[in-house]
Amino acid sequence: MAAERGTEAEALVGQVVLPGDLLLLPAHYDEDAEGERLRLSAGAAPQGRLLCGPGLRRSGAGLLVTKCGLLRHRPGGGGAYWVDSQQKRYVPVKGDHVIGIVTAKAGDVFRLDVGGSEPASLSYLAFEGATKRNRPNVQVGDLIYGQFVVANKDMEPEMVCIDSSGKSSGMGIIGQDGFLFKVSLGLIRKLLAPKCEIIQELSQLYPFELVLGMNGRIWVKAKTVQQTLIIVNILEACEYMTAEQRKQALAKLSGN
Amino acid sequence: MKATPLSNCERRFLLRAVQEKKRLDGRQCYDYRNIRVSFGADRGCCMVELGRTRVLAQVSCELVPPKPSRPTEGVLFFNLELSPMAAPGLEPGRQSELLVSLNRLLERCLRDSKCIDTESLCVVAGEKVWQIRLDMHLLNHDGNITDAASIAGIVALCHFRRPDVSVQGEEVTVYTPEERDPVPLSIHHMPICVSFAFFHQGTYLLVDPTEREERVMDGLLVIAMNKHHEICTIQSSGVVMLLQDQILRCSKITAVKVAEITELIQKALENDQKARKEGGKFGFAESIPNQRITAFKMESAAVDTNDVEEQAGEIIAKADPPSEVFANPVLHTPGTAQIGEGIESSWGDLEESEKEEVAEDEGESEAAAFECEKVKTEDTSTVRETKSDEPIVLSDSEEEEVVILEPQELPRKTRTQTSSKQENPSKKVFNKKRRKKRTSR
Repeated sequence: MAAERGTEAEALVGQVVLPGDLLLLPAHYDEDAEGERLRLSAGAAPQGRLLCGPGLRRSGAGLLVTKCGLLRHRPGGGGAYWVDSQQKRYVPVKGDHVIGIVTAKAGDVFRLDVGGSEPASLSYLAFEGATKRNRPNVQVGDLIYGQFVVANKDMEPEMVCIDSSGKSSGMGIIGQDGFLFKVSLGLIRKLLAPKCEIIQELSQLYPFELVLGMNGRIWVKAKTVQQTLIIVNILEACEYMTAEQRKQALAKLSGN
Repeated sequence: MKATPLSNCERRFLLRAVQEKKRLDGRQCYDYRNIRVSFGADRGCCMVELGRTRVLAQVSCELVPPKPSRPTEGVLFFNLELSPMAAPGLEPGRQSELLVSLNRLLERCLRDSKCIDTESLCVVAGEKVWQIRLDMHLLNHDGNITDAASIAGIVALCHFRRPDVSVQGEEVTVYTPEERDPVPLSIHHMPICVSFAFFHQGTYLLVDPTEREERVMDGLLVIAMNKHHEICTIQSSGVVMLLQDQILRCSKITAVKVAEITELIQKALENDQKARKEGGKFGFAESIPNQRITAFKMESAAVDTNDVEEQAGEIIAKADPPSEVFANPVLHTPGTAQIGEGIESSWGDLEESEKEEVAEDEGESEAAAFECEKVKTEDTSTVRETKSDEPIVLSDSEEEEVVILEPQELPRKTRTQTSSKQENPSKKVFNKKRRKKRTSR
């Protein structure tokens, strides 16, 4: 496993990497000095720590790839490397904002299905302005938008609908109408990117409300059933359409 | 794994959409999804795709002693298996209610209808008969397993060839495929199941429900019929009570659908036969495109509407004004009306020459795709008017050459145009779009 030499991480940015590939980092990133070599090289060591993102694992000399996909790099703030991979099955990650479906009410907690291997738990006090007397009005089958505070492979995930300062900041129970559907995780990340073209172009068509969960679930609400269905179909199709085809499709719709 | 629960808002939305006669993928209430039939390299192996629902069927045979009560008849064995590959909620091994009911329905459809001649499967009466075994696996569950499985079953049985056998006195010789060509099974007719889903206590009806629609339906009616309009099996389940005229209407719809599906099956079988005879390539490796990483591909919309306005304007300017017609619509059912009788189709002359040309080109292709008028992209808003003679696409190439079939003398359903043009985008400036974004820290 460690027999083959890895390749420089910078050389592979933007290319496909496969699980088992070893990426070597420039030597001055090594925190633990292996030898007694002191680095008095030109240029100070970069500020901050290198972030090892999803699909990568720290291993000895460098980073070991654990998922296949494209290698990406962000230079700011110490730098970050991660692998852009595509999958449909969601694994809960701490800090992710997801849409959950309430499956049961058990005493003080709600059980939510988030698409992972286990149902997440959400305490009824984790809503803005909730007290023991003032409980939120949540029924089985409702949709909730919240974030994970505990999500690792050893414990059942836990969600809350408030942020660290106690404000809901957009989280909570999602309204009654509208439609929920599932897409792949890669499309969600694309839609959540800043200045996403798809969302901008769609908003030229009709007004609508949209909630994107990192677990692949999207909730849409528009004025009529027809409009909602159109948006659902466009978003599902965006996965397979090129930008050109999408522009054509939207032009057809807005022209009609 | 447990299946994903259905949220309240989905249920409410789907029921509302059904009330407004809208379906998630833009089909009309009586439309089927695209059906694709592809064959494997072995005889008797076929895969049917009904939209995204996929069923794989394989037929095999064996010489066994017959049942004591029926010494001169062969033995038929049918088996459908569900696995977690098809949907997360389906667990292997466990005999769930769904599995039992599907198996029972398929058995009734194929065995009790006597579509296969079991007497012809007898080799030595009382001692050796052929046991024909049909195994079906559900590869992906997107609703309407019954229909897909019934099509897969009957196609596999038609495709299958059993070894030739000769009996001389006491001696029975089973010839290998090299010695003598294998013989097809003797199949009298092809029963095909058509499923109807009922909503709102039987007020609304959808043909070929998808998985979401199946979850919110009140009841399900399955009618198995062959192209001679003989009903082989009929089964109603769920909590809906049906009226007599509803069932009769469903059986009429079934007749139309079964005729179309049977045509498609015949074409697919012929194409495969041709490919094998001419020594061309056949099998799944040919018929299933493998260039994509994603598992499902979308059928592209072949409509190019650039300059349509100008063209349409020209055509309208040059055309004669329409003759005075007094419309007396005949109301069949809520939402379906017939205006006038319809005239004789004038496509008769073109048909013959076009069909031969196209048949030559597409001789090698395996899959016959049944393209309904639905477009599986964003165009749910444009109107689709079905004619009773639907085009059948023989190849899955992008050119989509169309073969127009003979018009059938079946009740024509001229649907009134559901005015599903969406309103102009709101003139209001504000954009009510609340996007939940992950706040980066």
